[in-house]
Amino acid sequence: MSEIKHFTKGFFKENPTFVLVLGTCPTLAVTTAAMNGIGMGLATTFVLVFSNLFVALLKNVIPDKVRIAAFIVVIATFVTIVDLVMKAYTPDLYKTLGIFIPLIVVNCIILGRAEAFAQKNTVYNSILDGLGMGLGFTLAITLMGSIREVLGNGSIFDIRLMSQEAKTILIFILPPGAFLTYGYLIAIMNRIKARYNV
Amino acid sequence: MAKLDSSFKNMLLSLTIISVGMSAALGFVYNLTKEPIAIAQKQKEVQAIKEVLPEFDNDPTTSVKSVGGLNYYTATRQDQLVGFAINTFTDKGFSGRFTLMVGFKPDGTIHNISVLDQRETPGLGTKMKEPKFKDQFPGRNPAVDKLRVKKDGGSVDAITAATISSRAFCDAVQRAYEGYNANCNLDSIPVKAGSLTTDTISHSKGGNQ
Repeated sequence: MSEIKHFTKGFFKENPTFVLVLGTCPTLAVTTAAMNGIGMGLATTFVLVFSNLFVALLKNVIPDKVRIAAFIVVIATFVTIVDLVMKAYTPDLYKTLGIFIPLIVVNCIILGRAEAFAQKNTVYNSILDGLGMGLGFTLAITLMGSIREVLGNGSIFDIRLMSQEAKTILIFILPPGAFLTYGYLIAIMNRIKARYNV
Repeated sequence: MAKLDSSFKNMLLSLTIISVGMSAALGFVYNLTKEPIAIAQKQKEVQAIKEVLPEFDNDPTTSVKSVGGLNYYTATRQDQLVGFAINTFTDKGFSGRFTLMVGFKPDGTIHNISVLDQRETPGLGTKMKEPKFKDQFPGRNPAVDKLRVKKDGGSVDAITAATISSRAFCDAVQRAYEGYNANCNLDSIPVKAGSLTTDTISHSKGGNQ
């Protein structure tokens, strides 16, 4: 019972985006379309799982004083791997996500999980934690991307819901729309948490 | 196993070993993806050229000419010139530089344009990719037709609420045309065309597209 909660907490109870409010930079910047959310989320999940795995594996051979440096080396390696693989096999997505792929290195979720979870827990639990947190993040930014894409562009996953000429609420795909959507989603999330006491 | 204490030797060793191990992993992945990355980039290039020119059967990427930041591709079909694709840019975009691929037929008219790389505002400037704006260009010859937005005395309908992007688009096309005039002459046509003059090309080939 106890192990599965490491996986499930990332989706709601400790959702990195809406509850921990970590990694807001990619959340606000890349969620102009639902597809970007999925791409960014999965890239982050990959990095998160492997950095958690390696940090948990190496936790005993990393002296405390240099742990952050060691974590960052591990994280940066996996980010670069994602960067290269995406460049090779999904060039279109790579183009839209652009600078935000290398910037996964400084995404607080990843260093945060390494520091707060992986260095104190077993390898198995750390992988579960990375997977749960990563997928929770993916879900959250895909939801944000979908909302912004529907309201701002009249489409979802590039499938048109309204005609080309239809008026959409343009501000939702501009930066202010990211803050608006984010704010409302956090408010809704808090409301649900208060109501059902989770 | 207890945690290693932070002595100088331990810190040095663990950081060095981790760095070396991770670099090895990176080198491995780099070698693995080097080829697919090159292929993907080349495909993108060829795809963009295909979009902007009539059918051709040579490989334009083998004879690229690069002058002043613009890349010139020559496309031929059965050794007959079908047109030039020019990779052009503008720095006047709303969010800085964007790049276009412009295809010119041998007589100087625009065959088609495709947007390669842009960071314009989604929903406003990005409408330059949509047919409503872009399809104003094919068939025009910048020599006789001023490619400027109507506000500037030209004949191009700007995108509503994105005049800056529209102007920048025209600027990039104009740059491509100037480059076309300066650089796309007989010397850049690889085979057989050597005996023809510029005039005969523009008249004889212009008609059969």
